[in-house]
Amino acid sequence: MSARLDVRKTWKLYIGGEFPRSESGRSYVVNDASGRFLANAAQASRKDARDAVKAARAAFGGWSARTAYNRGQVIYRIAEVLEGRRDQFEAELRSSEGVTPARARTYVDAAVDRLVWYAGWADKIAQVTGSANAVAGPYFNHSAPEPTGVVAVVAPAGALLGLVSVVAPVITTGNTCVVIASEPHPLTAITLGEVMATSDLPGGVVNVLTGSASEIAPWLASHMDVNGLDLTGVTDPELARSLEETAAENLKRVRRPADEDLLATPSLDRMTKFLETKTVWHPMGI
Amino acid sequence: MSFDFEYAPAPEARSIVDIKASYGLFVDGEFVDGHGRSFKTISPSTEEVLAEVAEADEADVDLAVKAARRAYTRVWSKMSGAERSKYLFRIARIIQERAREFAVLESIDNGKPIKESRDVDVPTAAAHFFYHAGWADKLEYAVPGNPSPRPLGVAGQVIPWNFPLLMLSWKIAPALACGNTVVLKPAETTPLTALLFAEVCQQADLPPGVVNILTGAGETGRAIVSHPDVDKVAFTGSTDVGRAIAKAVAGSDKKVTLELGGKAANIVFDDAPIDQAVEGIVNGIFFNQGHVCCAGSRLLVQESVAEEVLERLKRRMGTLRVGDPLDKNTDIGAINSAEQLAKIRALSDIGEAEGAGRWSPPCDLPSNGYWFPPTIFTGVSQAHRIAREEIFGPVLSVITFRTPKEAVEKANNTPFGLSAGIWSDKGSRILWTASQLRAGVVWSNTFNRFDPASPFGGYKESGYGREGGRQGLEGYLA
Repeated sequence: MSARLDVRKTWKLYIGGEFPRSESGRSYVVNDASGRFLANAAQASRKDARDAVKAARAAFGGWSARTAYNRGQVIYRIAEVLEGRRDQFEAELRSSEGVTPARARTYVDAAVDRLVWYAGWADKIAQVTGSANAVAGPYFNHSAPEPTGVVAVVAPAGALLGLVSVVAPVITTGNTCVVIASEPHPLTAITLGEVMATSDLPGGVVNVLTGSASEIAPWLASHMDVNGLDLTGVTDPELARSLEETAAENLKRVRRPADEDLLATPSLDRMTKFLETKTVWHPMGI
Repeated sequence: MSFDFEYAPAPEARSIVDIKASYGLFVDGEFVDGHGRSFKTISPSTEEVLAEVAEADEADVDLAVKAARRAYTRVWSKMSGAERSKYLFRIARIIQERAREFAVLESIDNGKPIKESRDVDVPTAAAHFFYHAGWADKLEYAVPGNPSPRPLGVAGQVIPWNFPLLMLSWKIAPALACGNTVVLKPAETTPLTALLFAEVCQQADLPPGVVNILTGAGETGRAIVSHPDVDKVAFTGSTDVGRAIAKAVAGSDKKVTLELGGKAANIVFDDAPIDQAVEGIVNGIFFNQGHVCCAGSRLLVQESVAEEVLERLKRRMGTLRVGDPLDKNTDIGAINSAEQLAKIRALSDIGEAEGAGRWSPPCDLPSNGYWFPPTIFTGVSQAHRIAREEIFGPVLSVITFRTPKEAVEKANNTPFGLSAGIWSDKGSRILWTASQLRAGVVWSNTFNRFDPASPFGGYKESGYGREGGRQGLEGYLA
């Protein structure tokens, strides 16, 4: 009896809750850690990036209007589903990044725990960053954070934890995003898209592009319907500078790349960078 | 629709201010001659030359940044928060003590009515120092999750001409409270109160170099924000300049806050208290000649009450007194500069050419100086340039709507997002509308209120970062 031939997956993009191929018809070869062919990943184009922004913008109204409690539950649901598929993720990390089984387990643990951590923040961040303002007059005056809008993210290396660490803080607070997955390790990002697609996360809240960051990121940086840009995964300082410069055209909020230990507990700034403070006044009187 | 009220002139005496013939730069605690040229600052209400002011060049900027760095390293960053706090309290008190002098000088140099400089600009500037003074020794409570915040270093700050002293206080007070030192450039057309503030620093015995004031125009500002030893850039002004600054600092480690232009919607619902709303509309667009980034320059009025609102608004506009900024009766002063007047005229002419209906009450404008009557445009569409571009003058575009959703859609249909106004008697409608508006400050049943405890700043192309409140400190701390 001959061995069964396994059924391989076609790796596509994750846009608007669906898994389309790149409209460009392009793909690129992804090798495993020892240099053997692993798969062909979709190589996203400018048009894919624009489609992704459109999907993210369409999803923003609904997602940002959800109650914070509800968003927290959805983020927690992503953690639950990821936990349930942890064997698959550990296997993918071992083959694509060549890490030890123990290391793969550490990354999956950290990714699940990171999602749980952010899930809990959804309905607390306003209490921590907002304020009741004692103004010198008979006015009710308070400030509360609101999401910035559509955020483009260049994910760092670390196929799973890297992606979760940059996406979770952006969407927890009600933003939607377009994320460019780590170029050498794009496959796990698409598998994570499958997790998100089955976690009650509305389509378009997270859109994942695979391909060349240096090709796609400039289109996102110059896109006038993108409000924020997280450059965490950009390692070339000249590219980071030019993306920030391009992003200035519509005053995008830009998070510059900086060294970071992804396994450590994050600070709040991944959330606060893409929050706006709204201050509301009303007179008091009888 | 004119009213024949007789007002006897009630001019504020200008003898309280002593304007020198020429001013140098304030660097390292002293007034020094600049290396560059000089320029004249004039009174926009009379076109009289007030003083000759130094234009700081790159060498001057470098000296000022060096002085600020020295003061930061040797003195200010080492001083306890409690001691810094006391310097700021001193400054607040001296501004209060010299309030009348500041108010008169501001109205002369800027052209704004004395009742505004006296009752808004100067007291609020003092309040900003008083408020931030109290923060200097409590910074461990300022940033959530950061129990030991550090100052950034030297802050390069560039401010506009519409609220010269107040904008200076918005910039300098939080910077100093957080332990930074400052190189600040006041606007080219309104340098005098910043130079008077330099005297306040001397009277307060503020250590030399903690505050440096460089007068000049765009080139001086560019040299400050792009100086490699400046750690923090804070700018208030036009969106175009803000964009240029954001580009200039790209790839650097400089932290930036930008408070830029606006095109605020002031929304009047059919259940609004109309007389109060009319006062709010007038305050929203005619306060400070409309030279206000958060001015309510688009009136969105519900169709069913539009006629009544417009009739009462026109009647109220007929009572506005345009004229001598130093007259205590004056409601609307002079346009700040010939350049700004030309811009307001050009956009207003475009409004007419594009088909909107223009109306101003009959009013006599002085023959010298720069003046523009309070003006409204009706029949304005979303596509008109006067509905999209910041005019920064006493010009209101009136747009109607039928449903709250339409109001929100029209209000948000702009690249700006600084402020907005809502007039309604229904609490749930106010809160819903406030939640839908993409703007950093929402005034409901009021407009143009400012307070040091209240964070101010925009969404979208109105810039980023906040000024005022606990949130405002975050722009000056690491």
